[in-house]
Amino acid sequence: MLDANAFDLRQYLSRNPQSVAVWVALVALILFGLLRYDNFGSAYNITSLLNYNSMFIIISVGMCFVIMTGGIDLSVGSVAAFTSVIAAYLSPYGIEVALPGAILAGIGFGAINAFSIIVLRIPPFIATLATMLGAKGGALVISGAQTISVDWGSNFTKMGMEKAFNILPWSIVLVGFVVIMLWFVLEKTTLGRTVLAIGGGPDASVLMGLKVNRATAFVYLLSGACAGLAGAILASGFGAGQPLEGIGWELSAIASVVVGGTLLTGGLGSVTATVAGALLLGLVFNILNFENGRGTISFSAYWQMVIRGVFLFAVILFQARVTAGRSARIKATS
Amino acid sequence: MAELLQMRDIDKAFAGVSALSGVSLEITPGEVHALIGQNGAGKSTLIKILTGVYRRDGGTVVFNGTESNISSPREAQDAGIATIYQELNLVPLRSVTENVMMGYEPKRLGVFVNWKEAHKRSREILARFGIDIDVRAPLGSYSTAIQQLVAIARAVSLNARLVIMDEPTSSLDASEVEVLFGVVKGLREAGVSVLYVSHFLDELFEICDRVTTMRDGRTVDCRQIAETSKLELIASMLGRDAADIAQAGMTEFGRDEISEAKGEILLQADGVSTGPRLNGFDMTLRRGEIVGLGGLLGAGRTEAARAIFGVDALTEGQITVKGSDTKLKTPAAAIAAGFGFLTEDRKAEGIIPDMSVRENLTLALLPRLRKGGQIDRAKEREIVEHYIKALGIKTANMEQPIRELSGGNQQKVLLARWLAIEPDVLILDEPTRGVDVGAKREIQAIIRDSVANGVGVVLISSEFEEIVEGADRIIVLNEGRIVTELTNPGITEEALVRALAHTEGQAA
Repeated sequence: MLDANAFDLRQYLSRNPQSVAVWVALVALILFGLLRYDNFGSAYNITSLLNYNSMFIIISVGMCFVIMTGGIDLSVGSVAAFTSVIAAYLSPYGIEVALPGAILAGIGFGAINAFSIIVLRIPPFIATLATMLGAKGGALVISGAQTISVDWGSNFTKMGMEKAFNILPWSIVLVGFVVIMLWFVLEKTTLGRTVLAIGGGPDASVLMGLKVNRATAFVYLLSGACAGLAGAILASGFGAGQPLEGIGWELSAIASVVVGGTLLTGGLGSVTATVAGALLLGLVFNILNFENGRGTISFSAYWQMVIRGVFLFAVILFQARVTAGRSARIKATS
Repeated sequence: MAELLQMRDIDKAFAGVSALSGVSLEITPGEVHALIGQNGAGKSTLIKILTGVYRRDGGTVVFNGTESNISSPREAQDAGIATIYQELNLVPLRSVTENVMMGYEPKRLGVFVNWKEAHKRSREILARFGIDIDVRAPLGSYSTAIQQLVAIARAVSLNARLVIMDEPTSSLDASEVEVLFGVVKGLREAGVSVLYVSHFLDELFEICDRVTTMRDGRTVDCRQIAETSKLELIASMLGRDAADIAQAGMTEFGRDEISEAKGEILLQADGVSTGPRLNGFDMTLRRGEIVGLGGLLGAGRTEAARAIFGVDALTEGQITVKGSDTKLKTPAAAIAAGFGFLTEDRKAEGIIPDMSVRENLTLALLPRLRKGGQIDRAKEREIVEHYIKALGIKTANMEQPIRELSGGNQQKVLLARWLAIEPDVLILDEPTRGVDVGAKREIQAIIRDSVANGVGVVLISSEFEEIVEGADRIIVLNEGRIVTELTNPGITEEALVRALAHTEGQAA
C-alpha cells in the first residue's frame, strides 16, 4: 500500500530543517571527492568505505532510537567489543550460531540497561555508563585481554570479507536490511510513534495511555542488539574478536545521531539522516586519506581527528543556523 | 506613616496585551500586606516588576523614600527587597551555613573562608528566628519549612526591608505553618515589611494587616483586614457584590432546559482518597450529564480527575465503571474503558510539540489504528480530516507541527484526540483556559454536542460562568474534601460563590 504522497522532498525538508545540514554536507563532500580524486568514485573505494562504516551505521541507528526517547546508551562500544569476542569463540560453529550468539549477547546487555532504567529508575546516563564499564571488563576477562582469532575454516568470515552476488559485502547487505526495517518501524508503526512521543512529552505519553515502558525497553534492547551485530561484523571483518576495540564508539554514534539532526532531548529524529550522519563522519576520514595519497600535504592520524572535529562543529553550526532561521520565520508569521 | 513602598499607576503589556493597568500598591514599614486575586489577575506580574524581573511600561515605584528603577533581581536584593519563592532558590546539597552565608562568607587573609566564624554567625542569625539546628548538615536534610525559614533568615541577614512571600504555606503542614507565622510576626516586630501572596484566605486573617485585591490586571481595593470578611474578599476577587452573594442562597435561578431522564451510570466513586490532597471523594456520573467540580485553586479538583483516570493510585475507596468492578489502574486501562482526560497543563501533559497535528490527534487512538503492527494511514488521515473539519481547527495542513498553532487550536486538537476514541466519559480540566473568546465558545459548543450524544462529562473550570452554565450538578471541594453539592435547578454563580465562601469559613 502506497501513501497518497509517498515522498514529498519539500515537505520533508520543511518538517526536518535540522536534517538539511547533514544532507547538504554529505552531497558537498561527495562532489568534492569526485572532482578532486580520481579513484574516489571507484567501486573499490565505495565498498570499502561502506564496509568499514557499516558497524558505525548500525550502532548509530540503534543509538538514534534511544536518543529519540530522550535517553542515551553509552555502553554500545564496550558491548560491541564484548560481542566480537563472543562471535570469535562461536565462529567454529558457523555463522548460523556466531551471528545470533553475538546479537543475543548484545540484547543481554540491553536488557540490563532496560531493567536499570525502567524498574530501578536509574538515569540512562548512569545506568549505561555502568554497563559500559562492565562490558569492557567482561570482554577482557573472557578473552584474557588477547584478540581471539576466528575460525578461518568456517563460513563466519564470509560476512565481513565476501561479497553477496559479487556486488556488495554481506555486512553491508545485512546492515542495509536492518536499517530499512528500522526505518519502517519508526515511520510506519505505532511503536515508532510511541518512541517519538516519549521523547517529546513523557508525562503526556503516560496520560495518553501509550505503552511507555514497553517502548523504552524496546529501544535499549534494540541498541544492544545493534551493538551485538556490530561486534559480529567487527570479528568477521578483521578475523578476530577485539576486546580492546570499541573505545569511543558510543561518542561517534552520538555524533552521527546529532549531526543527523536528532534532538538530544528526544522527540524528533530520523533514521535516514542518522545514516547520513554516520556516512559523513566516515567520509571525512576517507577524503583525508585520499588527500594524504596525493602527497602534497600529509595529515597524521591525530590531525585527522582534529579536522574531523572541526568539520563536525561546522555542520552543527550550519544546522543551528538553518533551524533558528526557520523558527524566526514562524514567530514572525504567527 | 511614611510608606516603605509606593507603586503607582503601574502598566505592563506583553505583546500588546495588557497584563497590568493602573496598578497601585502601598506598604508601610513593619506591615504584613496580603496580595490576593484569582489566577491570571496579575499578582505574579506585579511581583516580577517589583523584583526587577520585568520592566514596567509606565507608573512610578518609590522604595524607601527614593524613586527606584530596579532592573534586575540582584539590584532588588541590594536595595533590600528579598523574595522567597515557592521553589526555593537555595542549594540543598550544601550545608545550612553555606546557604545562609553564600557570597558573604567571613574570610581569613581575604581568601580563605573562616568556617568557624561562618558557622557561628549562621547559628546566630537562625537563633533570632527561634531555629536551633545543626548548621553543618546539608540544607536538604531538613523539612521544607526549615528550608523556607533558612531562606527568610538569609534574606533578613542581608538587611532586607521588604520580604516577598509567594504562597509560602502551600507545601507546609499545620505545625510548620505555625512556625512560619511566628517568624512573620517576628519580622513585623523588627520593622521589616512582608508582602504575603496566598490563596488560603484564612491565613490572611491570622497574620496580615492589610489586603490588596487584584482582578483582571487591576488593583480593585485595599482594606484593613480587621474590617473585612472572607465573603467580602471573595466577592472582591470575583467582582461580585457581597450583599447579593449573601442573599443569593434563597433564590433559584437554575437553567430551564434541565436534561431530565438521565442515562445509565457511567462512573461511581465511593470514598476515594489518593493522599492529603484528595480525601473521601464521592461522585456519580451518568450518560448525558455534566458534573462540575467546584473549588478554589488547590481544592483537590485536579486530584479527583487524576484519581478517576487511573493516574494516581487510590489509597482508599473504589471507583466503579459502568457497574463493573474493573479497576482502572493506569491511564491506558481508563482509555480502553472509554475515558478521555483533557489535562489542565496543555504544554507539559497535552501536546507533543514537535509532532504534527495529525500525529497529536491520533496518539490516544493508536491502539485502534493498528493493522498488523502498522499504522493504518488511510484511516488515520480520514479521521484527522474529519475532526479538522468538524471542529474548525485552523491549521495549514495536517502535517503542520502542533506547536505552530494558536492555543485555542491546540486545545481543539487535544479535544479531538479524545473525541476520536469515541469516549463514554470525558474529564475536562480547564478546557478553555488560555484560549481566545471565539475559540472558547466553539469548544463549549463541542462539549455540549458530545453530551447531547450521550457522553458523560466531568468539568473542572475556574471560570464561574462556564461551570455554572454548563454543569447539571456541581460538587464543591475544599482542601481535598467535598463540602457541598449543588444541583440544578439551584446552580447560580452566587450560590457557588456562597458555597466557596462558606467552605473557606469552615476550613479554619
